[in-house]
This record gives sequence, structure tokens and C-alpha cells, in this order.
Amino acid sequence: MQLHVNGRLHELALDNRTTLLDALREHLGLTGSKKGCDHGQCGACTVLVDGRRINSCLALAVTLDGVEIRTIEGLSDDGALHPVQQAFLDRDGFQCGYCTPGQICSAVGMLDEFDQGWPSAVTTGGQPAALDAGEVRERMSGNLCRCGAYMNIVPAILDVADAAAGRSSA
Amino acid sequence: MTVSTEVRNRTAGGIGESPVRPDGTFKVTGQFAYSSDLWMDGMLWGATLRSPHPRARITSIDVGPALKLAGVSAVLTHDDVPGEKVYGLEIADQPVLAFDEVRYQGEPVVIVAADHPETARRAAALVVVDYEVVEPVTDPREAVGHPDWKPVHDEPGERTAMSRDRAPVHPHGNIVRHQRIRFGDPDAVTADVVVQGDYEVGMQDQAFLGPESGLAVPADDGGVDLYVATQWLHVDRRQMSGALALPEEKIRLTLAGVGGAFGAREDLSMQVHACMLALRTGRPVKMVYSREESFFGHVHRHPALMRYEHGADRDGRLVYVRAHILLDGGAYTSSTPAVVGNASTLGVGPYDVPNVGMDCWGVYTNNPPCGAMRGFGAVQAAFGYESQMDKLAAAVGLSPVEIRTLNAVSEGSILPTGQRIDSPAPVAELMHRLDAMPLPGSVDQDIRLLPGGVSNTTHGEGVRRGVGYAVGIKNVGFSEGFDDYSTARVRIELVGDEPSVLVHTAAVEVGQGLVTVQAQIARSELGVERVTVAAADTQVGSGGSTSASRQTYVTGGAVRAGCAAVRSSLFERAAARYGPGEFRLVAGKVESLVDGVVGDIASLLLDGPVEHTVQWRHRPTQPLDEATGRGNAHVQWAFCAHRAVVDVDVELGLIRVVELACVQDVGKAMNPDAVLGQIHGGSAQGLGLAVMEEVQVVDGKLRNPSFTDYLMPTIMDMPPMRVEVLELADPHSPYGLRGVGEPPTISSTPAIVAAVRAASGVDLKRVPIRPEHLVAAALCH
Amino acid sequence: MEFFRPTSLAEACQLKSEHPDAVPLCGGTDVMVDINFDRRRPDALLDLTGVRELYEWSRYDSHVRVGAAVPYTTIIKELSADAPGLAIASRTVGSPQIRNRGSVGGNLGSASPAGDALPPLLAVDAVVETVSATNRRRIPIHEFFLGPKRNALQPDELIAAVHAPVAGGPQQFAKVGTRNAMVIAVCSFSLALHPDTGRVGTGIGSAAPTPLAATQAEDFLSAELADRWTGPAELPDDVVRRFGELVAGAASPIDDVRGTADYRRHALAILARRTLTWTWAEHIRRAQ
Repeated sequence: MQLHVNGRLHELALDNRTTLLDALREHLGLTGSKKGCDHGQCGACTVLVDGRRINSCLALAVTLDGVEIRTIEGLSDDGALHPVQQAFLDRDGFQCGYCTPGQICSAVGMLDEFDQGWPSAVTTGGQPAALDAGEVRERMSGNLCRCGAYMNIVPAILDVADAAAGRSSA
Repeated sequence: MTVSTEVRNRTAGGIGESPVRPDGTFKVTGQFAYSSDLWMDGMLWGATLRSPHPRARITSIDVGPALKLAGVSAVLTHDDVPGEKVYGLEIADQPVLAFDEVRYQGEPVVIVAADHPETARRAAALVVVDYEVVEPVTDPREAVGHPDWKPVHDEPGERTAMSRDRAPVHPHGNIVRHQRIRFGDPDAVTADVVVQGDYEVGMQDQAFLGPESGLAVPADDGGVDLYVATQWLHVDRRQMSGALALPEEKIRLTLAGVGGAFGAREDLSMQVHACMLALRTGRPVKMVYSREESFFGHVHRHPALMRYEHGADRDGRLVYVRAHILLDGGAYTSSTPAVVGNASTLGVGPYDVPNVGMDCWGVYTNNPPCGAMRGFGAVQAAFGYESQMDKLAAAVGLSPVEIRTLNAVSEGSILPTGQRIDSPAPVAELMHRLDAMPLPGSVDQDIRLLPGGVSNTTHGEGVRRGVGYAVGIKNVGFSEGFDDYSTARVRIELVGDEPSVLVHTAAVEVGQGLVTVQAQIARSELGVERVTVAAADTQVGSGGSTSASRQTYVTGGAVRAGCAAVRSSLFERAAARYGPGEFRLVAGKVESLVDGVVGDIASLLLDGPVEHTVQWRHRPTQPLDEATGRGNAHVQWAFCAHRAVVDVDVELGLIRVVELACVQDVGKAMNPDAVLGQIHGGSAQGLGLAVMEEVQVVDGKLRNPSFTDYLMPTIMDMPPMRVEVLELADPHSPYGLRGVGEPPTISSTPAIVAAVRAASGVDLKRVPIRPEHLVAAALCH
Repeated sequence: MEFFRPTSLAEACQLKSEHPDAVPLCGGTDVMVDINFDRRRPDALLDLTGVRELYEWSRYDSHVRVGAAVPYTTIIKELSADAPGLAIASRTVGSPQIRNRGSVGGNLGSASPAGDALPPLLAVDAVVETVSATNRRRIPIHEFFLGPKRNALQPDELIAAVHAPVAGGPQQFAKVGTRNAMVIAVCSFSLALHPDTGRVGTGIGSAAPTPLAATQAEDFLSAELADRWTGPAELPDDVVRRFGELVAGAASPIDDVRGTADYRRHALAILARRTLTWTWAEHIRRAQ
């Protein structure tokens, strides 16, 4: 089968039972995506499939023939960090870092969802309100951080959103 | 953040700053190699067959069917353990692989190596183990005098050379350790006001996100190299040496990336197993636990049953505390003796109590083994004594802040062990500062901020606001006479004409930022900005454990001492070059205290590098007297206080923590960002214990070994925090610093419970609080 | 393990009839958990992600038809007016990542009592549309759940879609969990008011071997509301309370790792009262 990962096409011979996460980690050497719980309850394996975030431990690789997969390794551009990566670094948005690739991929997907007007629990018709801490928390609730760096993850993501919107945050 | 008044240095990236983590870029780009990411050509995969029973006799093990499976290279049992069949941190009583008997569900029985992880797992499942099931001992109360007393161990385990305390351990029966504290005259004294309470703490799991894993590589010299996520490389090696029957120098450990630890990596997990398989097959062997296996593969926080009686005068001043604390250590000793030491010596909290009668037991049962978790004995006791302080406040008509400030210890106070607190103990100030912080606004109408969150259980109905306070005390470093030290090798040399420092220790970075702080210390001490921290391994002496909030203190102390030795050598060179005088090293320059800048550090290195390796110890401690608990057992104390504001849906029993405020004295904020990170993270884990986290064990069996049902806080559960950090220097510690990591875990739990009690009016006696506890009155109808 | 990846519904049905044991898979958020945990080792998987028809939703004759694979995210974004109960429930499913992949077809296929989407489907008398190589069936949701994790699908059938009337009145869903996000229901409840037919619908989750409707409670409340739909005023307390009791009485919960049977009954009564209060207040608002 073929997997498009981070702009490259890979030919792979995989057991049908192989999850996308195992395909990335064991077959493509892309170990940035992490295995934390084996069943979609921690978010450490989050990757982007056609721009949408999914838990790669819950997707079989064979079902993803022909879609574009982006992992943490594919976010930085020629060595320059993606703005979300830079913000996590600047805000110390992690400690052990095990959840971080998933957090960052999730944040990238989430910011795009927000831009596309996906509603939150408090959106009442039309476009969601400005991205504030409450919105970030709701939209990032699929990524556990056991070190408890949530307090820094929220401002890291808000920094990126604010920069994109041309605002500056303190 | 209080700003330190003394500016020690001007070298950028030194102590007191928050430079970017040196491993940060690797972590945000996915390049940081955790133990589960390791890979080697031709490697095999290991798997473990575990006991399904909490207690059973093994009548036979047939590995034949597993060996026949294609792709299987080795199937090993206890018969294949090359050396000692048991290991342990303090007492060697835990089998490498079970023999004769299994004593907890999940105990390893057989290990397998195969060419694919799936094959290894399937092979393990093909092994036939015949068990004769025996009724397990699951109630810790049975261990201390129940008529149906059943011993979990027939023979006492051997004391190991690394037993961290010298306390006597009862060799017979189910009592691992019984520590008494007798201070003043606790039996005879009476008081005007007496409050009593029974309290219970459920079993919490560290739940680090990166499961146990490592890669063992057989070496040409007959030894083995192990790349592993752990908390203490040298103690792993020591235990492995016994089990593998190899001299320590033939076992080389290198730290792989650690995906969180929190105490769960202090005991061995797959280390010996992977090495046995590698040595047997002659091939590299990787083992990675699944999440479910991880719940069986490491120790948990000790569940506790506690009974407290506090006596006070009419003004609320404490007269006595009597307490029983029973800690369920599970099937093997692990660090239970030291946990008992903490729970007993810190068991009345940071309060002046003239009379104390405390009995603390750690016992064996056939429940999962329990050992180290952040807070280590102090967490359980704090839930008891802080619940009591609120009860006492209500009984004498004081506020939670008043009762605590009235009874707070301060510098010079004598603890129930007879030890004098000989450094700042600003407990009253912590409470005053908390009290002065503004409170958050009233109950929010944003559904996400109400109890239940997006699950839409209330639009405000049944929601009551509550505020609670708690303060805790934690010892820093290993106590009770343990020889607690760290080793640092510091080297300075020219790299491309620039002075560059290499710091090498075996101390483990688990995310707390130790590698950052080690570099900061070297920058400040040596005036050099280019500092590299080498990978931690056993090629340098022990760094001691990354636990007990001790690494910045002890390994930080060792790095400082190593730098001082290097600096002395450089000053000798400076004196030779510039003439005698007093010098200092700042921002790459050599300064004479008289003449100012006299040259570059680089010029001192033209004669070659300078390197020193030093061992550094904190001041010694003493063991506790078994009968009275007398002894200067602790190195240092750390204090932290929380105020919790909660909204409780009192009809459904659901809780939303609205805000946590925290004040902690850290002595010296070596890295202010890292200090805040520890406070945030510790508070979050305390929140988890308060309202959701519990490994549920019924009849010795785990009922929820998954992240579906072992719930820990999400980003929606962790509220905003207000944090104030005090820096009252400890004159005995490097830079005046205090350990930071554990204290916030201790006080956040009782503060939240107090707030929930205040909101609901329910006399909660157990954590984690479950909805049915809060609505128990309604359920009786 | 065999793996089939049809690109049309017809092809999928053909494959299913030839391989009745093949496990259908879309988002994988349920099936993959079992596979990862080695609880299930299917001989064949039928990957439906290539079947476009299953990802479509449409509106017809004051009904919505939601393809079995339409992700929860889409339901939240597109259907919060037409199927508000389902949309509210969809918000509580797993995590954002799971909502991007998971779908109602999965909840129906698994037939777990904890499937968050199921109570609101019960409350609106939804109809499950199944399809096989030879047949297309419409199964009323009330006849769909046969037992714990068992449903009325024949081995050769696939779930094509679910049909629900466009909401004619207020709908609600509430779920008790011990965490504020990403949590499996301890119990859940959905209520739909149907002023057009003078009926109410209910659905209970995680409190019986299957999701179920509280029919006695529905009958009681429909009768109580009969004269109140027009010119509505606040409901008497005893009506609200009795409704809660009847909902709790309809459940047959157990003690398990997530909660006790007693608590579940207690909580259901409260969820029933609150959702009734909310929906009725909304009905009053709309009537004004």
C-alpha cells in the first residue's frame, strides 16, 4: 500500500491489522507520534489526516491509502519551527514532553477547525466567538498532559491565534 | 514571583533565569528519543506473562507450546534467572519471575522474546501455567491483628545494601514496618475540645504517559547495555547485578527519554527481564508495556486508612494528636518502609503539637504492590490531618486560616521526632498570603465552567460554591540516615576557541527541568554560557534518585561543587598568568577583584581542559528510634499551601474546581518557569486524587486498568491558578533552595476536599470523592 | 485477517453478504479499541471509509437522514437545529479527535448502552435504515437493541443511515461523568418534546443492558402536557418530580467501576427533571 506522509509517498507492505500509529513508528521510523493508552483516551498519537486531527492508534493504516498524513515531524519547515512548536517552546508548554507531539498536532488541527467556524459548546449560531482560554480548553480536551502543563499550553496556543489574527498578547 | 535581591552573576542563562530547555526543541519536533522509540537492527521484542490471580501456588509451568511458535527465540521462567531470584529497593523480596507462589494479580511469571511484538504476546499466551488458587489477603486491617491472620510471605526478605532507612523492619508476619511516634505525654493528656475522624485514601496511579520500556543489548564482554527510562540508574544496576549474576561494571545503563515518572519508575519493571532475554538470545531485546500492562507493571500510591484524634484548648491551640495510619503496601516491600517513615514523622502536619502519639503501619497484602508516588506518605497523612484541622476550626469557632496560623510551626519549632526546624518555615505567612488573594467571580453561566462541563448536566441548578484551605509539609531528600549523595563530573575546555563546559551526571531528567538547571548552575559558577549536559549514564557515579524533590538540591549541589573544583584549578592558572589575587569568572571573562577584567576564560584553557569529578552529600540525618520516633531524620522541609474554590452540583454530586491558589516557599527559585511548572503539575495530580483518580481493586483484582476508566484531569478539569512563590533561603542548602516538586501535590487534595465540604455540607471522609459519596444521604431513601 | 475496501454501498453489501463475519469499520473509534486490546480478532474487516454515500446527510419531508458514517463533528456543525438532542449528545462523545472520526453508525453497530448518540435517537423515534445486497430495511430504533451489545442487524446487513424527524420542539441531552471532558457516561438521559404530536420522547443510556426509552414516563408526561402545550406556563413541581421518578424507575442499572446502581437511578431522576425544566422553558419561550 501507499502512505502519503509529510509530503512523501511511501510504499509499504503492512499487515492489515497495523494501526497508522504503528506504521509510522515501526515502519517509517517516525517515532514522534506517541503511544500512551492504546485506545484514543490520551491523544499522544494525534496526527493530521487531510488536515483533520485524529488518534492514529484508532486508524488502520490500510484505510488511509491516498490521504495526506501530517505528523509532528512534518510540521517544521526546513528546520524552522512551526509557530505552534515555537509557542510551546516559548511558553514552556510541556515537561516530560511525551504528550507534546500530540498536543501540537492537535493544536494545529484545532486552530484550523476554529478558522473554519466549527462551533464549540457555547457557540450560538454562526461563527464561534474569539478564541479565548475557555475555547482552547474545550477544543484541546482530547489531549492529556500528566505533567500538568495545561497552564502553559493554553497561552501558547493563544499566542499563535493572536499572532495569526494580528493581535499581540502580553 | 518574588525577585531575589542578590544578583549573583551576570552570565546569561544562569541561575534565577528561565532559559529554554536544552531538550525543548527535540521535544516539540518529535525528535526526542523516549525509551519506547529505540530501535536496533535485528532486535527482538519481549513480552511478559503475568499472573491472573492475586494469590495462587504455581504447580507447573509448561513453556513448550510457546517455544513451538515460529519466530520465538526464548521463553524464560524463574529457573532461568541467572542470579538472585528476588530483588527490591529496600528488602529483596520481589521475584524476578514468580516461583512457588504468585502474590498479586499481574505478577510476572514468564518472559518471551520473539521477532515481532505480536508474536511475543501470542507466545506468552500459549504458556500453560497451572495455578492452585489461594484466597488472597486483601484487607490491610487483617495484617495487624485480625483473627484470620494469613501471612503473605512465609520467609522474610533480605535487607538490601541500598535500604534507604535503617529503621527496623519486622521480619515476620504481614507488618512491613510499624513506626511509633511518642512525643510529650500523649497517653495521659486531656483537652477541652476533642475532634475525631476516620479517613481513607484510595489507590492512586502515577499514570505517566510513556509506558515502561527499554532496549537491552548484549555486549561482547558478556555484559549488557540497557537503554531505559528510569528514576535512578545506579540502583537499577545494583538490583540487576544481583539478578543477572553480573558484576556492576558489566551492566551499563544509559538513560533513554523518560515520559514522566512521578515515582512509578523507582522500582524495576522490565530491566532484568529484557537483559535476561538479550543475554540468552545474544540479540538486542526491546520491551514496551501497553497501558494495561503498565497498570500491573509498576507500584501505586499506598491506599491509607487513618484514624485521627485532635485535642485543643478552647482557643483552638493544639494540645495533642493521636493517630493510627495504616498503609497497604501490597504484595512486596518496595519503598513501603520509607513511606511509613514519612507518613509517621510528618503525620501531624506543619503544626506545633506538644503531645503526639502516632502509630503508622505498612503492611503486606495480596493487593498490587505500592511504593513511591509524588508526595510519598505525606499525601495520605495530609488528607487526614488537614481534615481534622477544619473540624477543629469548626469546633472552636475559628476560620480555616485562623486555626492554621494559630498552630503553625515556624523556624525553631520542635517536630514530634524531637527535631528542630532550623531554617525558615513560613507556614503562617503562606496562609496569610493565600487569604489576601482575591477570590474568583461568582458561579459562571458558561456551561463549560459548571460541574459536568460539556456533558450538560446543570445550567446552574444545585450548584453551590465552596472555598477550602490546606497546608502541607514534605521532607526533601532521603531521610533516616540514608547516605544520600550525587556525583558530578565537570569539564571545561576550548571548543573552536570558545570555552565550553560539559556537565556529566547520572541524575535523571523526567521533565522537571534538571538538565536546564544543571546548565544554569554551571553558567553561573564558571561564567561560561556554552554548557552541555551529557546524557545520564552509569559511566559516572550515582546521582541518586529523581525523587523526594531532591535532584536540584543534591545533584545541583554536586554540580556546584564540581564547578567549584574546576574554578579552583582555573584560578591557579589565572594566578600563574596574571599574578596572585582573587578572581571571579563572569560572562566569559576572568575578573580580578582588584583590577577588574584581566583576560578571557578561553586564555586559561590554552593549557588544556580542566576536569573534576566530585561526590556531594547533604548533611547527614539519623534513623528514628523504633519505639518513640526520636531522631533528626530529615534534611530539609518544604511547605506549600493551597486555597481551592469549587462549584459543586450538590444534587448530582459532581464537582468543578473553579480555581486553585497556591503559595509555596522554594528557598531560591533556580528556574522560575520550572518552579511554576512543578507547582501547576503537582497541584493537578492532587486535584486528580481529590476528585477522580483511583485504581479500583476488588478482591485483589484491578477493575479499571485503562485510561477509559482510570480518569485523570483533562485541560478542562484543571482550573486557572494563582501562584505566589516565596524565596526564604535555607542556610543549609545550595543557594538556599528547597525541593519543589512534591509539596504542591500534598496540599491541593485536602484544600479541594475542604472546599467541597464547604459547598455541600457533606462530611467527606474519603478520596477520591465519588458522586455517590456526595449524595449518599439522598441514596438512603 | 482479510481486509476489504469497497468504494460503493452496493459493493460493500456484496462483500458483506459474501463475508458475513466481516466487521464493518469507519472511524474505528470503537472497533479498534477491541482490536488493540486483543478482545476481538476478526477474520475480516470491511472498511467503509471509501463509501461516499455513508458520509452524506440530507433533509426530506421534515426528516433528516444521516448517513451512518457522518462524523459527530459534522452533526454538531450542521444538525444542531434539525436534531438538537443528537447534536448536544455528539458534543459529549469522546474527544475532538474521536468526534472527527466517530459516527452514529458506530454507536448503533456496537449497541453499547453507553453510546452517547443513542438516547437522543430513542427520544425522537428514529429509524435505522439497513441495507444488504438483496434488501433495504427500516428498523424502528425501539426495536433495534436486542441485548447487551446486540442489535437487530442480520449478518449480511450494514447500517446505511438513521432517520429522524426534524425537531418540532425543544430537545435535550445530559450525561453524568466524573470528569469534565472525555468521559464515558455513568448514565445519560435525553428528552424530546413533540408539540406537533402532543407526545414526548425519552432515552436512557448506561443504566440498563441496552439503551432504552422510559415509556411509562413518556405516557405520564404526554398526558400531563396534553392541555398545556398551548399557552404554556411553568409545570407544577409534582409533575416534574413524578416524571423524574418514572424515568429512574425505567432503568435497571448495575454497580460497576463507573458508579453504583443506586446513584444511577438517583442521577437519572435529576437529569430527567432538569431536562424537562429546560425543554419546557424553551417551549414557553417559543410560544411567546
